[in-house]
Amino acid sequence: MAILLNRSTRVIVQGFTGKIGSFHADDMKRYGTKLVGGVTPGKGGQTHLGLPIFNTVKGAVRETRAEASIVFVPPPFAADSIMEAADAGIKICVCITDGIPSQDMMQVKRYMRRYRFEDRMRLVGPNCAGVITPGQALMGIMPGSIYLPGRVGIVGRSGTLGYEAASQMKALGIGVSTSVGIGGDPINGSSFKDILQLFERDDDTDAVVMIGEIGGPQEAEAAIWARDNMRKPLIAYIAGLSAPKGRRMGHAGAIISAFGESAQEKVEILKEAGVVIVPTPASFGEVVADTLARTKKAA
Amino acid sequence: MDIHEYQAKELLARHGVHVPRGGLAYSPEQATYRAREIGGAKWVLKAQVHSGARGKAGGIKLCSNDEEISNAAEAMLGRKLVTQQTGPRGKLISRLYLEEAVDIAQELYLGFVLDRKEERVMIVASAAGGMEIEDISEKKPDSIIRATVDPGVGMQGFQAREIAFGLGLESNLIGKATETILGCYQVFRDYDASMLEINPLVVTRDGSLVALDAKMSFDENALFRRPEISELRDKSQEDPRETFASDRGLSYVGLDGNIGCIINGAGLAMATMDMIKIAGGEPANFLDIGGGASPERVAKSFRAVLGDKNVEAILVNIFAGINRCDWVAEGVIKAIREVGVDVPLVVRLSGTKVEEGRKILADSGEKVIVADTLAEAAEKAVAAWRAAAKNKKAA
Repeated sequence: MAILLNRSTRVIVQGFTGKIGSFHADDMKRYGTKLVGGVTPGKGGQTHLGLPIFNTVKGAVRETRAEASIVFVPPPFAADSIMEAADAGIKICVCITDGIPSQDMMQVKRYMRRYRFEDRMRLVGPNCAGVITPGQALMGIMPGSIYLPGRVGIVGRSGTLGYEAASQMKALGIGVSTSVGIGGDPINGSSFKDILQLFERDDDTDAVVMIGEIGGPQEAEAAIWARDNMRKPLIAYIAGLSAPKGRRMGHAGAIISAFGESAQEKVEILKEAGVVIVPTPASFGEVVADTLARTKKAA
Repeated sequence: MDIHEYQAKELLARHGVHVPRGGLAYSPEQATYRAREIGGAKWVLKAQVHSGARGKAGGIKLCSNDEEISNAAEAMLGRKLVTQQTGPRGKLISRLYLEEAVDIAQELYLGFVLDRKEERVMIVASAAGGMEIEDISEKKPDSIIRATVDPGVGMQGFQAREIAFGLGLESNLIGKATETILGCYQVFRDYDASMLEINPLVVTRDGSLVALDAKMSFDENALFRRPEISELRDKSQEDPRETFASDRGLSYVGLDGNIGCIINGAGLAMATMDMIKIAGGEPANFLDIGGGASPERVAKSFRAVLGDKNVEAILVNIFAGINRCDWVAEGVIKAIREVGVDVPLVVRLSGTKVEEGRKILADSGEKVIVADTLAEAAEKAVAAWRAAAKNKKAA
């Protein structure tokens, strides 16, 4: 069933009636996502895009049996909205908001630990493009048309670079099981490793493309995990070969501040762990095609 | 966002951290006047620039009379200080800080960072202060003490005490050290800092504990709720290209190459720069135009990129997802006509309605080199830059 999201996942939108929330809610609905309502405090009882509005996430969950939530709430209030979703029993929360203070994210991560692991909400993002299971459902801001349904998983920090990879694959007839944007912030909900674990267990995924970048320890952590636990091929690209040390490249988390955080160092770590490297951002398509062909031959 | 040493010291002093007596000066006369105010017989004059390693670059001078202070101040003011951290362009010295000289018995290191693995504030301390933390980790890794703070309850007294004892301080200094460490954490937390470094934290010969230097950076995403920190921004310390762009809401980082970049999305921007490098060129900048790529934003981006006189070609790479390539193409043409782009321009559009977008570019009559793929875009941009550079030389 791919990972995280399918056509029967019941989704609500937090920050439903805002300009951005409305635009993407409409887009998600058109794509086929099972949107069941939204939350805007103070507008409960009204309807928007033909769907009910609730004052609280708890109210929305009670009335709609929503399992998933997507957050478009502005940065000062986004952390609060994520914690509200966690407390209301939402299972999967995707936070699109860019610009949440790091200390707020530390609080969110700490807050979520009050729930037992089995009951804990899975957070994707913030500052991400969201999740799409092509042909089934979209919980994010990516253009649905660039993804062909298929059997390769994608996980990446960046939105548009993920689109680039998906369209190079589509041009060669290679489809995607699920694509997950984990976001460009230094502290995020799901790590590369968390998503690789899901893809490894997923019967609909044959191989995974990981799109990393400079900064932070997550690509290296994922590579070590993959070396020891992953049987499906892992293919990776790291952006930022030309990025100087100590400069933030757009994403709050894209900054080389410690040993092992440059693109060159990360590529070395990934290579040593046996990960297939995409040498240039123009060769996602061919490297994935080659890897799939080799795996097929071996099997 | 970085602040100056004297600003960081003011914040810390308000939270129980001892700092040497000192004062700010904008002229040699002011500097000597500050010496009278502070008193004593020896002073340290320090260039206020956003960089470490100032001492080796001539930005810190020990002085023992008015003449020395005045000469040192005259030599520093208005000059660009080039340190190992500033890059060859250096940073302008427009403010000086004069401090009483301190008799040092021991130098310690105390740092606070946001640890991305632990997802918590981490304290890093070492009894081997005075050198950069990278050097400490390499030369004296066993001297490093680390502790993390639970964001639910904040830093506890025992954690600060453990660090103080771990540093091997005399028992009469433990109380003061604990207060210093907790004070630093409070400042870090209350002002949404992303980095705080006291290097060195010194034990003086008369047995007190003083922050001799202080460096702080702040989480830009939290500035909306920290107006008192936003006010400390010193634009003279920034790359003017970056100030121009950030004042217009663009995410821009100036680099040293010749191919200007206008791209949507941080990841695609980095990847496009990588592709330029692989094709044999050097990017002049990172620029994420953000969502939408409206004609106004494209025009602003052209202005920001062309503000860099080293730019000899421009590569525009837009993945139109939510918006459409035909709209983006119209925006690009409008921006070219409005801004007047006088260097070769390569445009690559992809995503929704890409054929229509390319047609608009081709039919516009403007000199736009259109590329289909990322590889082709980078190769064409590098070729156009080489040809332009050659022409420039010939002329």
